[in-house]
Amino acid sequence: MNIVVCLKQVPDSGDVKINPETKTLMREGVDAVINPFDCYALEEGVRLKERFGGTVTAISMGPPQAEKALREAISLGADKAVLVSDRAFAGSDTLATSYALSTAIKKLGDVDIIITGKQAIDGDTAQVGPGIAVHLDMPQITYVRKIEEVADGKIRAERMNEEGYDIVEADMPVLISVVKEINEPRIASLKGKMAARKAEIPTWTAEFVGADPKQLGLDGSPTMVVEVFAPPARQGGKRLEGEPADMAEQLVNELKELQIL
Amino acid sequence: MALIIHKDKCVGCGVCVESCPFNALSIVERLAIVDGSACTMCGACAKEGVCPFEAIEMVKATEANPDVNLDDYKNVWVFAEQKKGKIQSVVYELLGKGQELAKTRGQEVWAILLGKNIADKAQELIHRGADKVIVVEDDSLENFEDGVYSKVITRLCKKYKPEIVLTGATTVGRALIPRVAVQVGTGLTADCTGLEIDKESGLLRQTRPAFGGNIMATILCPNHRPQMSTVRHKVMPEAETDTSRTGEVITEALLEEDGFSRSRVLEVVEILEDTVNITEADIIVSGGRGMKGPENFELLHDLAKAIGGAVGASRASVDEGWIPYSHQVGQTGKTVNPKVYIACGISGQIQHLIGMQSADVIIAINKDPDAPMMKIATYALCGDLFEIIPELTKQLSK
Ligand SMILES: Cc1cc2nc3c(=O)[nH]c(=O)nc-3n(C[C@H](O)[C@H](O)[C@H](O)COP(=O)(O)OP(=O)(O)OC[C@H]3O[C@@H](n4cnc5c(N)ncnc54)[C@H](O)[C@@H]3O)c2cc1C
Ligand SMILES: Nc1ncnc2c1ncn2[C@@H]1O[C@H](COP(=O)(O)O)[C@@H](O)[C@H]1O
Repeated sequence: MNIVVCLKQVPDSGDVKINPETKTLMREGVDAVINPFDCYALEEGVRLKERFGGTVTAISMGPPQAEKALREAISLGADKAVLVSDRAFAGSDTLATSYALSTAIKKLGDVDIIITGKQAIDGDTAQVGPGIAVHLDMPQITYVRKIEEVADGKIRAERMNEEGYDIVEADMPVLISVVKEINEPRIASLKGKMAARKAEIPTWTAEFVGADPKQLGLDGSPTMVVEVFAPPARQGGKRLEGEPADMAEQLVNELKELQIL
Repeated sequence: MALIIHKDKCVGCGVCVESCPFNALSIVERLAIVDGSACTMCGACAKEGVCPFEAIEMVKATEANPDVNLDDYKNVWVFAEQKKGKIQSVVYELLGKGQELAKTRGQEVWAILLGKNIADKAQELIHRGADKVIVVEDDSLENFEDGVYSKVITRLCKKYKPEIVLTGATTVGRALIPRVAVQVGTGLTADCTGLEIDKESGLLRQTRPAFGGNIMATILCPNHRPQMSTVRHKVMPEAETDTSRTGEVITEALLEEDGFSRSRVLEVVEILEDTVNITEADIIVSGGRGMKGPENFELLHDLAKAIGGAVGASRASVDEGWIPYSHQVGQTGKTVNPKVYIACGISGQIQHLIGMQSADVIIAINKDPDAPMMKIATYALCGDLFEIIPELTKQLSK
């Protein structure tokens, strides 16, 4: 089975703040990490490979530094990795990103299953996965919390939703996006770390993957960020004091006043 | 669009470096340089008054998209998400916002309704503000299926040319509408919390949190149509019901060109506990590591019942196995937007706050007065939760 896992390198978001004076993102000392949901995507890919055989290819589009994330992916069980990187991709929105990734995945050849994270924690869009599926004309199952079965060219999985989950069957090749519940990612083995050190990670350019330049970068991106600002900071409120019963009473009164009760 | 730095004017003073929210500018050999991979073309550096030497300019190189005649597009569409024939409440929020946007543009609100035996719901949508409702009925549309649903809506968009398409940022909306956007070839802004029409250009200003709510971004889709957004649930008020409203119902058939389903819903499993759907709840009682063990979550369920809310959790308690993942709030769980969020024994690390800090009222119960949650809480109750929670439940049940 040919498995492709899409992973994105993101700033460790807990640290990203806006400097209230200069209104700029403070990224000093912010580590770049693999998008947390993509760690579950990778782990699931490796588990599928362990069950059914095949190869896991990790693919990432980003600046040259994203190679680090791919090397980490190899240490965690990916067989090979490809970095899709070119100045022509800079400024891509989700439409252009999903197009670029889909051209690179086509270049990889036959694929049975593409796995992405539910969403990336920097943009939080959850749009790139479905975008790739459309560009490659594949069905999709999003928010997967469990893969129940893969057999006879079909996959059966549990798709999480607001009320519970659906059991969905799809024809392969298929794209799935995964939530945290799906597995518990392993930590890198010694053997994995060795493989990561030795791995050759090719960089594929826009020309190499045969992408249409008009559909890439800013030209290929219909959306445009026109303003970035810090949200109003949340102010602290009242501290309630006293014995538990007093505190509870004060709170109930406050909530009544706010007409919440 | 292009960002141009006029080398003849730039003196390398570095003022622009400070103005860039994305750290994309730097000074190399007394000249400002843009890092293309970090630049988002937000234009902050090119704003008037930033560069003292007027050396930075944004040039709109890609003028209108030749394939799209913008004037052909009108009306605001709302995807009328339904489950088991019931219209989801986020749809009423979209209809409320849709009416406001349509009024500003002098246009109509249309609702798009797909399902099986669903046509009788069209009137309800009209009473909530839809001027027209397109109904597509077919047995195969009973449950949401990404492929066919998106093909049908793509075809309708091409036929009727809406200017704006709004969808709830639900698990269905976020799976469906990116497929439509790619098939139509237009932009899509995810999880918006603010939508308004720009007075000058008439464009839809779409504002959304990014980096987990640490920053807000306003996004336009200037040269492609429709302008599409998914909208966060519970941010916008619902449209009122007005049973005197009338509107038109347009029936469209499912066509062969909409393709066949390559995926099927075999079973819908609802988790029946009424305290689980935290994205719909107005009040959430949430427990963290301070709850100490799974047995103590009974305290939270009791409180939730007394106050009429759902039960949430921090990642710490989910990872401990005290409560299922579907209850997890935060960066790797769900984003919730309730009126009241009661955090019991939750310290309030940024990854948790990201998922709940837009709640109207936050109540923190914690024995550590300096926990971050206590600092942002509307009401901070300092003490032992094992004493406070039962008291609260008792007083609420009176
Ligand atoms: C990539 C990544 C993603 C993450 N995603 C999420 C996410 O989605 N959601 C999430 O919640 N976390 C997430 N986290 C984890 C987050 O950083 C915190 O570790 C987690 O939120 C802590 O949970 P907690 O507040 O329950 O536990 P703790 O931080 O251990 O806090 C427990 C609190 O309980 C109080 N307490 C203890 N006993 C009592 C008592 N008897 N009475 C009153 N108070 C008491 C303590 O004072 C303390 O403040 C993520 C982390 C990472 C790295
Ligand atoms: N630049 C990228 N390179 C590789 N995968 C990506 C990239 N951007 C997004 N993805 C994948 O798409 C998923 C959803 O991302 P997003 O739509 O940005 O929220 C992520 O979890 C990744 O699996």
